[in-house]
Parts: sequence; structure tokens; C-alpha cells
Amino acid sequence: MLNAFTAWIENAWSKLCLQARALRAGLVVGIAFGALAFLGQAHAQFRVEVAGVGITQIPINLNQFKDESLSPQKITQIIQSDLERSAKFKVSTNAFAMDESSRPDFNGLRQKGLENFVTGSVTKLADGRFDVRFRLWDLIKTQDLGGASFAVVAPDLRRAAHQISDFIYEKLSAEKGIFSTRIAYVTKSANRFNLWIADADGENAQAALTSPEPIISPNWAPNGQQLAYVSFESRKPVVYVHDVSSGKRKIVANFKGSNSAPSWSPDGQSLAVTLSRDGGSQIYLISASGGEPQRLTQSSSIDTEPTFMPDGSAIYFVSDRGGSPQIYRMPAKGGPVARVTFNGSYNISPSLSPDGKFMTYISRQGGQFKLYLMDLTTERTQALTESTADEKPSFAPNGKLIIYATQIQGKEALMTVNWENKISARLSGQAGDIREPHWGPFLKGN
Amino acid sequence: MKKVLSGMCLSSVLMLLLVLVGCASGVKLNQVPVEDKSSSLVSADDVNALSGKSAVTSVQTTALGAMNMGPAGVEKVVYFDYDSYAIKAEAQPTVESQAKFLRGDKSRKVSLEGHTDDRGGREYNLGLAQKRSEAVKKSLTLLGVSEAQIEAVSLGKEKPAVPGNDEAAYAKNRRVEFNYR
Repeated sequence: MLNAFTAWIENAWSKLCLQARALRAGLVVGIAFGALAFLGQAHAQFRVEVAGVGITQIPINLNQFKDESLSPQKITQIIQSDLERSAKFKVSTNAFAMDESSRPDFNGLRQKGLENFVTGSVTKLADGRFDVRFRLWDLIKTQDLGGASFAVVAPDLRRAAHQISDFIYEKLSAEKGIFSTRIAYVTKSANRFNLWIADADGENAQAALTSPEPIISPNWAPNGQQLAYVSFESRKPVVYVHDVSSGKRKIVANFKGSNSAPSWSPDGQSLAVTLSRDGGSQIYLISASGGEPQRLTQSSSIDTEPTFMPDGSAIYFVSDRGGSPQIYRMPAKGGPVARVTFNGSYNISPSLSPDGKFMTYISRQGGQFKLYLMDLTTERTQALTESTADEKPSFAPNGKLIIYATQIQGKEALMTVNWENKISARLSGQAGDIREPHWGPFLKGN
Repeated sequence: MKKVLSGMCLSSVLMLLLVLVGCASGVKLNQVPVEDKSSSLVSADDVNALSGKSAVTSVQTTALGAMNMGPAGVEKVVYFDYDSYAIKAEAQPTVESQAKFLRGDKSRKVSLEGHTDDRGGREYNLGLAQKRSEAVKKSLTLLGVSEAQIEAVSLGKEKPAVPGNDEAAYAKNRRVEFNYR
């Protein structure tokens, strides 16, 4: 009886979903609410509202990839956690004997309440690589939404899984996915500092640099291959550019005094940096290959943390020229300076969204350091978190998520937050004091 | 029970109709699952070329050698008040003794390392601590030390002298250290 009732509910839900899809966005939420009120306990496939945040989740069912056990990485599990972390998907799983070449039993799967369905397989190739294949189906429209094959060496299996997540995300949400992008961050443990390169989910961390002295302010080049950062290995802050795959690195700013806060120009040709070589902390532009810097600010105050507008037109930076640290902007070649933040007495660490419409930054409010977002058009600001020790935010390359460092119950942690719905997620990462995250660009060439 | 089952049949028919009406271009229902040959997989040549693209080569830096000795019997740290770059009266004898030493041996070079306490952003604190080291540098040059002998740098909040998040720890960490090369 219970089974039959469940089946009936699933069926009724299929109808609702069909109607919902026919009616599209506007009514989806209402129907989902109605169904929820009626059903009480939500079924796994429901297009549900997440409590209190007001978003509609896209249902997706992942079928265990055929022969996935051949892979040292759990492909479907990686895809599942990617999609769940985005907060845009309601993920369920199955283990039918199918792969990307099987045509699904649309009717049967729909009767189980499924709408979007992913199949795939893993094959071990003669040369030792793995061929990971998948296909995405729209069961409601009975449509093949496409698939791909990734023949990769074992260390790139996670990357292949993230690329599948990106494909699914882009097809179903019409936004670019960021799962195959990389992040950089720094840890400190027992007087050892490590600069890590990790997948966007925080997993698969590999140390790019290990040093007995501090490392701060890693900043990805637009090509996603190089990082600029500040290393104190010579007991003063020096700016390096480091090719992460080869490990080759070079000094780009080691002038008398301090050299810090590197930020790549969008064309990858130069870096904005903070130098004290002429006294005080001032912002300069320097070629990525080094050379003579060009001074951009002329003040007797601290000017630092430059960051480029993604179109290259302006630089936002922090200055205490008004008596307390606030965010200002100026033309990218220097010139008239305009103040951007006015609320509070301590606003630092600006990062601009890829479309240039939003700025995230850290604002001290009543002794707490909080992640904020400013709509640069309306100048409206809002706090994005409930935490009190937020640091160093940067946007994901699709502009939807922000990564930042914070403290949870007194322990350092890296978090991401979706600024539209304020859903945050903790990234897994190395143990110890974890800090200074920076989100890399979209991967090129795939 | 019977009613439920008939409801199921009815809804199946209804769903079939909806699908057929709504998706003219879709694949016919009741089709036996077959090998899909209609749409080939995206070519992955570009992906193949990226083999090992996740690879990161790890680099290790080595620790610097020990610092050279400065003047014997002279304090090598001066402390600052919160949000201040002013050299306190109690620090003045230290600065004067250091200046005397540097004036006496022009071959010696000192690195003035500015520090802040643990509060606030890392880069902004680098700027604040730079102000402290430059304040000490200015005092030394006013006392006759050649600028060529001095480098004022900042370590911000990265190298606290003592751990902790109370005022006692903060006071020990707001400092400039004299280090000789």
C-alpha cells in the first residue's frame, strides 16, 4: 500500500513537474510550495525551496558510471558534491546497468520522478589513461542534451569529473560552471608556510611552494597557469611570479623596502603592486616580466590592495587618505581618485565581479570583520555572512560565488558563498591555519 | 488501493499525452532502449592534450642564515601604541644607541622590520607596519645615520613575537626590530 501510494505521489509529481515546466519559471515556486504543503516529507526529486533562502533547485539524477570502480576517483560522487555545493541542484543517484550509449527508458524513469538524468562510463585505455564518458538527458523533453569523452591520466580524473559538472551546470542553469577551475590558498603550520593549488572544491591540494617564512596574497594570472604572490623568504616582502605546473618562478618586484599586494591586469601583461621604495606604501604598475615600475598613486597615506576592473579601465584600492582605510578607485593609468566606500571606519580587500557590476570586500562593523557586497550601480551594500572574522574575498570566474577565509568556532576555514541566496559552503582543505584564498580563472582551451 | 492504481494509469496516459503534445521533436516513447548512434560524443582531442594538466611542481625555499650581531648590550626592539607610529620616549635610548653604532661603522647595514598586532587585513597591516619601520628610519637619519645603511621593511602581522589575542600579546607585537646583515 505504501509503495503504491509512493508511486502515485511520484506520478502526480511528474505531472506537476510537467505542468511546471510548461508554465516555466513564474509558477514553479508556487507549485512546489503547494506540493510540499500537500506531501509534507519532500521526495528526493522535488523541485524544492531551500528553507529561508528562496531559490528553486533543479532536480538531477546521476546514474553510477559503468565500471566506475576502475577509476581511483569516485567520479559520480565528485559530480554530486559539485552540483550540491552550487545549491542550484537537488541531486539523487541511481545504479542502473546503463552507460552513456544506452537510451534511457524515458517513461519508466519519469515515473520514478526523474527529470534530468546523467549516464556514463569509465574505460581503462591501453596506454594506462582513463576514458571517462557521459551523457546528459532531459527525460521530460526526451532530449539528449549532449555528452563528452575525456581521455585523461589518473591525476586528471577529478578534473574530468569537474568538467562534467561544468557541462551539466551550464546546460541546465544557463550559466558557466566553475567546478574545473582552481583555487590557491596558504596554510601555516608549525612555522611552515605552504602555498596550495586545489580544485575549486578544495580537494586535490598540491603544494606549489613550501617556505619557513610567510607567503601572502596569491593572485592568479588570467592564463590560469601562473600565480603572483608575496613571499617573505628573504625576510622582507618580495613579489614573485610562479608557473605552477613547472615550478619555475621569478622575482618581479624586489625593490628597497616592501613589495606586496600583486594583482594581475586583465590582459596578463602587467601587475599592480604596492611598493615602499619611494617611502610610504604606494601603488605602481610593473611589467609581468619585471623592469621599472610606473607609479600610479601620489599620496602620503597608505595606498594598497589594488585590483583591476575586469575591463581594465580602473583600479580599485585601499587607502587611509581620509583617516581610516576605505576603498577608492582611479583610472587604471592613475589619475583622479574617487572614494567608493562610506559606511564604517574600516573597509579593505576589494574584489570585483567579472561583469564589473559588484564589489565584495571586508568591512569592520562593531569590531567584527564581515564579508560585504556592494552593487556598484546603486551603491547599495549588504553583509553576506554571519561570521565575524572574514578575510580576503575573491569572485569565482562566473561571478556567482565568492571565496573567503574566516573562522568557524575559533578555527580557520575557507568558505564559498553564493551572494544571490547567501548559501555558504565550507571547502575541504589542509589542516591548520588556512588563509589567503584566491579563485583562479576559467581554464583555457577546453 | 484500486482507486490509487487506476489513478496511476490515468496519470500515465495523461503524461504520455503531455509529452507527445509538448515535445514533437522528442524520441517516441515505448521505444526499446537501444545503443545511441544518433549523436556522437564531443571530440575530446583538446582534452587529451591536457593530460596531466592538474600537475603542480612543488618548490621549497631554504631558510636564511643567521643574522649578524648588532651592537652588544643594546635593545633591538622598540614598541608602539595601538594605531601609532610615534616613537615613544622610553624607546629613544634604544634608537640613539643603535644610531651611534651605525655611525661608528659605515659598513654595517640594518634592516628595520616593522610589525603590527594581529587585528585587521594582512596587506593593510603591511602598510601600517611599514609606517613604523619608516618612522624609526627617519629617527636614525636625523641622528646622522646614512640612509644607505638602512632598509625599512614590513612584516605586517605575519611574524608575531608572541602568540595570543589579548592586549598583552598585541603590545608585544606592535614593534620594530633591528636586524643586522
